[in-house]
Amino acid sequence: MSSPQRTEEQRQAPGRIRANDGRANDGRADWPPLPARRVRRPNTWLAPGLAISRGPRWALRAASLVVPFLVWVALSWTGAVDPTFLPSPRATVAAFADMARSGELLTDTLASVRRVLYGFGIALAISVPVGFAMGTWGWALAALEPIIGLVRYWPASAFIPLLIIWLGLGEPSKLAVLVLGVVFFNTLMVADAVRQVPRRLLEASMTLGATPAVLVRKVMLPYALPGIIDAARVNAAAAWNFVVIAELFAATSGLGYRIVRSQRFLLTDRIFAVLIVIGLIGIAMDVLLRLFRDRVGRWAA
Amino acid sequence: MNTEMNTGVTTGLRLAGVAKDFPAGRRATRRVLADIDIAVAPGEFVCVVGASGSGKSTLLDLIAGLKPPTAGTIAWDGEAVTGPGPDRGLVCQTGELFPWRTVAANVAFGLELLPISRAERAARVAWYLEEVGLTGYAGALPGRLSGGQRQRVAIARALACEPHVLLLDEPFGALDVQTKEDMQLFLRNVWQDTGTTVVMVTHDVAEAVFLAQRVLVLAGHPGRVAGEVTVGLPADRDLLTRRTPEFLALRTSIEDLLRHR
Repeated sequence: MSSPQRTEEQRQAPGRIRANDGRANDGRADWPPLPARRVRRPNTWLAPGLAISRGPRWALRAASLVVPFLVWVALSWTGAVDPTFLPSPRATVAAFADMARSGELLTDTLASVRRVLYGFGIALAISVPVGFAMGTWGWALAALEPIIGLVRYWPASAFIPLLIIWLGLGEPSKLAVLVLGVVFFNTLMVADAVRQVPRRLLEASMTLGATPAVLVRKVMLPYALPGIIDAARVNAAAAWNFVVIAELFAATSGLGYRIVRSQRFLLTDRIFAVLIVIGLIGIAMDVLLRLFRDRVGRWAA
Repeated sequence: MNTEMNTGVTTGLRLAGVAKDFPAGRRATRRVLADIDIAVAPGEFVCVVGASGSGKSTLLDLIAGLKPPTAGTIAWDGEAVTGPGPDRGLVCQTGELFPWRTVAANVAFGLELLPISRAERAARVAWYLEEVGLTGYAGALPGRLSGGQRQRVAIARALACEPHVLLLDEPFGALDVQTKEDMQLFLRNVWQDTGTTVVMVTHDVAEAVFLAQRVLVLAGHPGRVAGEVTVGLPADRDLLTRRTPEFLALRTSIEDLLRHR
């Protein structure tokens, strides 16, 4: 760009124009050299983001499970903690076998899983369309984001007494806790996933003849689907938490109910067995959803 | 400003008195393009060169119908542009393919929206893949392609809709020099094979001279057409064309227009 101060001679010889229009800039002459720096190889354990090698990685992964288990074994074997409070692994396994044999473990597990399937299904049926609309249209986002942003900070568990008053002691109030617990978070996360669709991709699609309906169906939905499944994966874990919480109150079946029952008779070994079952089912759900996501979103990997 | 361009039906692309303002803070606006009068004949290859921020990408967005002009009219064959459509295909610097669709399915996107048979669609897709040299990549996902290959898919995808005009927004700006030269030769061939109209925006003067029949220089704030250079080079250009005195003279005259307005 030409500037007004430039002389006619500089105008004639564009190849010799200096960035500062030829003013002297000499201050650099009396600078001392910068202090010496030592260049070291980064420490593998402390350098952020450096991959660790295979052996140590698997060793640490194994230790992450084995060490807490050994602490548990040591604590109960030495008798440092009263077995009423901390049942031994052996007692826990026995309690597990006991409940499995009587069939109550299977009944309770099925009851909880069924509630998660229904409740989380309802939550998805609401949050995916609403979140998609919020990510697609500015007016939907403006209308819904403030209220959802507020409501999601109300703990679903705090609603249990109110929901029992409103919906009674049966299934509806339990499903409602679960739905309230995940629907708002999932809505906002779905909206976020949809907003990741690049504007330039939408513009390119429009110059290929895409109408708004085509954009939603053939561009935004496929682009956002892996992100939507990721959101569902995170919130499925929350749903699994909420079902157990809902069953702690006024339930007659479910893993949460089994914990409360066991507490009444001080059967901590049974509580431990149930907790382990809850953890294993949670991991199984996570792995399944991750496999599904990797299948759908192969292109994103 | 030439107001007689507003009247009468003319063939090809016609911009008359086009200006574009963008909001700049509260209630203020900043004009990025002013007094743009451009006519492009059907089948012509026109390059628009300008520095970063001269409004050249905005100019393409206006022609594509992605943004409305603040003033003036844009029309093809006398019919005003009111929004984006498949008659004006746009390819931007990053290409923006559908990452979950194979190369062939990317090229097929626009055709899927038309009432044509599956067989005809497949035949057309195959022709364009052959034209851009990617027949062997029909089943590949875009993530596996190089930058140049991706741009060729984007160009094939736009051309498959048989647009009146192909709009290219610095399509080779992110490519290395050798790939860029290959792509320029490729684009000349595609243009000659398909006879499509091309309006391409670039900051690379040598690229503009090599490709275009006519180069428009966009300069200033707001951007105006500071000059126009007709490229009288022969139609069959190759890499040696770049070393001819005629090429250098054209390049120099455009660079002078850019620097001195």
